[in-house]
Amino acid sequence: MKEISIDPITRLEGHGSVSIFLNDQGEVENAYLKIPELRGFEAFCLGRPAELMPILTTRICGVCPVAHHYASVKALDAAFDVAPPSAAKKLRELQYMGYISYDHTLHFYYLGGPDFIAGPDAPPEKRNILGVIEKAGLDVAKEVIKHRAYGQKITEIIGGKATHPVSGLPGGISKPLSEESRAAILEMSKSLVNFAQFSLKLFNDLVLENPQYLDMIKSEAYTQRTYYMGMVDAHNKVNFYDGEVRVVDPSGKEFLRFRAEDYAQHIEERSEEWTYSKFPFLRKVGWKGFHDGADNGVYRVGPLGRLNAADGMATPLAQAEYERMFKMLGKPAHGTLVFHWARLIELLYAAERAVELANDPEITSTDVRNMPGKPGAGVGIVEAARGTLIHDYQLDQNALMKKVNMIVATTNNYPSICMSIRDAAKGLIHGGKVDEAILNKVEMAFRAYDPCFGCATHFAVGQMPLEVMVYDEGKRLLNRLTR
Amino acid sequence: MNERILDLVKYVDIVFWPVAMDVKYKDVEAMPDGHIDVTFFNGSIRNSEQEHMAKLLRSKSQLLVAFGSCANDGSVPGLANFSDAESILNYVYLHDGQPSEGTVIPQPESQVKEGTLHIPIFYDTVKTLAQTVEVDYFLPGCPPPVALINKALDAILKGELPPKGSVLAPLRAVCDECPRKRENKKITGIHRVHEIVPDPERCLMEQGIICMGMATRSGCGAQCLKVDMPCTGCGGAAPNQSDIGTGMITALASILNLDKAPGTYTDEDVVQLISQIKDPAGIFYMYSLPASILKRKVKP
Repeated sequence: MKEISIDPITRLEGHGSVSIFLNDQGEVENAYLKIPELRGFEAFCLGRPAELMPILTTRICGVCPVAHHYASVKALDAAFDVAPPSAAKKLRELQYMGYISYDHTLHFYYLGGPDFIAGPDAPPEKRNILGVIEKAGLDVAKEVIKHRAYGQKITEIIGGKATHPVSGLPGGISKPLSEESRAAILEMSKSLVNFAQFSLKLFNDLVLENPQYLDMIKSEAYTQRTYYMGMVDAHNKVNFYDGEVRVVDPSGKEFLRFRAEDYAQHIEERSEEWTYSKFPFLRKVGWKGFHDGADNGVYRVGPLGRLNAADGMATPLAQAEYERMFKMLGKPAHGTLVFHWARLIELLYAAERAVELANDPEITSTDVRNMPGKPGAGVGIVEAARGTLIHDYQLDQNALMKKVNMIVATTNNYPSICMSIRDAAKGLIHGGKVDEAILNKVEMAFRAYDPCFGCATHFAVGQMPLEVMVYDEGKRLLNRLTR
Repeated sequence: MNERILDLVKYVDIVFWPVAMDVKYKDVEAMPDGHIDVTFFNGSIRNSEQEHMAKLLRSKSQLLVAFGSCANDGSVPGLANFSDAESILNYVYLHDGQPSEGTVIPQPESQVKEGTLHIPIFYDTVKTLAQTVEVDYFLPGCPPPVALINKALDAILKGELPPKGSVLAPLRAVCDECPRKRENKKITGIHRVHEIVPDPERCLMEQGIICMGMATRSGCGAQCLKVDMPCTGCGGAAPNQSDIGTGMITALASILNLDKAPGTYTDEDVVQLISQIKDPAGIFYMYSLPASILKRKVKP
């Protein structure tokens, strides 16, 4: 036997990312999720040629490069005052559906799902994709791997590369789709619809029919009553690629609706000394601290945010699943673990929408580019797998970057992720009793968001090191537990 | 890798894979030196935590492979070397203004009411892995092409690795894998990708679009070119060149016939063409500024 270690170990350090403070009764005082890295894209993109931004910004993240690619391309459409031809918009969206399919599959089966499939109390060496394979069987694993690869293949056909695509340009897309490629995408998309239905059934059988999990999903420790944000189409259905951003309040009522270029009137960001990530909040409500409720501008994005903020899904199978979920949980659903369910409904939507687009006769049109106008300023918004993603650019007269601001999906959720970790810790840790299974259940509170701090500050996280500090009343450190 | 992982776990134990597995950090620290056969390290070094992990994994691993453009050459985040820590922190957190309630710059150590919190120190300069610790092999690309990863794994499993210090990628340039036609026609102007619709069959460089294919190491199958977009150089410098930017300047000289048929372009032609290239340092060193002869902006 050989031993091999793979991957971004630079990003994992023992004096890690979550610090939970216990008082001398062993009850949780507070918890901090620290984001340890910054790369500074907004600063070093200044002076770069604008048309390279869709390629440069894909490097913010290896998981959701397609989202950055199109937030960037849409910001450039606006900045160059050019609308892409209809076929180009559809090709971009089709590529996007491939991306949502592989990204949501990755999260459910590799990252979040192992907690349910292998079980939250399973030993750590079983809580991963290999444990999932063991429990669900090799045939299921092969389907998972095959369909994740389908999503990547769709993005590769249209984007040139599966990871870090290059085909988006202001005013369109660099190459039309051939009939042969269209047919291949259609077959993969149809198969993805079946796979998404299978995944929802698996979720139903393993999670929803297990009273222990259902109690966990509904428990107060995993609940935050926040505002929700997501992009919607003209009929208030979830849309990933285009539309207006809608915000609902904690009772589910529409609170705000805005177009991309107006985002800064509605979202404000603050920073703290103890973390490299920023904390966005709704300007109109204001920042009152780390708590939920209608009086604080904390909002949530991503699968749960989108489904709560919309009135439904635009495809029939996903719509039926949407209705079923809210019938069972009420709307809005405030349970953090509901993210997992919402994510699978979106997987089904993405697959159905890909089939629709691949069947659209216009999708192979060669009219895929309009020529850009004079450089100016523009904002692009898409729904990344993890939530609303905003790129805001100003170009100089030579179309070099003069100003850049980005608010990325996970950053929007950062305040509520901090709250979710703290509240899960408060609900689960008592009398100073902390073990591996409890810490894993604390982790489940943030894993549900599918947090990607590669995006938040350009930092990749899978499993977080947790550090629990036990203090006495005089703030003297009594004990330190690390995993 | 997709389904290859199912095969791979029959032959190897994966001991540390933070994005997919719950392996404890302290388990790595507890390992004896050289315990890990091979580590694939991705990411560049720009803060104290990354430097620590690079050193730790170097000592625990028999072979250390720089995996991907960031670890190899610094990649896109390495463009931060055109700036420095202070300017970046000021721009990102203060929008070049003054700190106030709600806009502060993160600090390595800070006080909250429950105690003291620490985050890593943000360095001035992005470094490559090899500028930080000794590296045994280099697997370039952003991301590294799947075919190259598979070849590397095969070589490791069969014990057929080339000499230490080797780049695990073909000894060719992207141009050698590109199917587009060269007609040796005179370039009349430099065009940016959004400004023209190129001929789908012909060499993009000959159509006046800056394409890094001549100066970039292959292994990717010229994927970007297949969707009519130029190579931007993610594979790093082509074989037998130490620096992708100087390689690109040499390649441009050759395209302009300055070596074989001087006079095809007049001096004025050359000046006129080259001056149309906007942000040449940013374009030529998009993935490799930290590893380049420039390295970083000179500090006053």
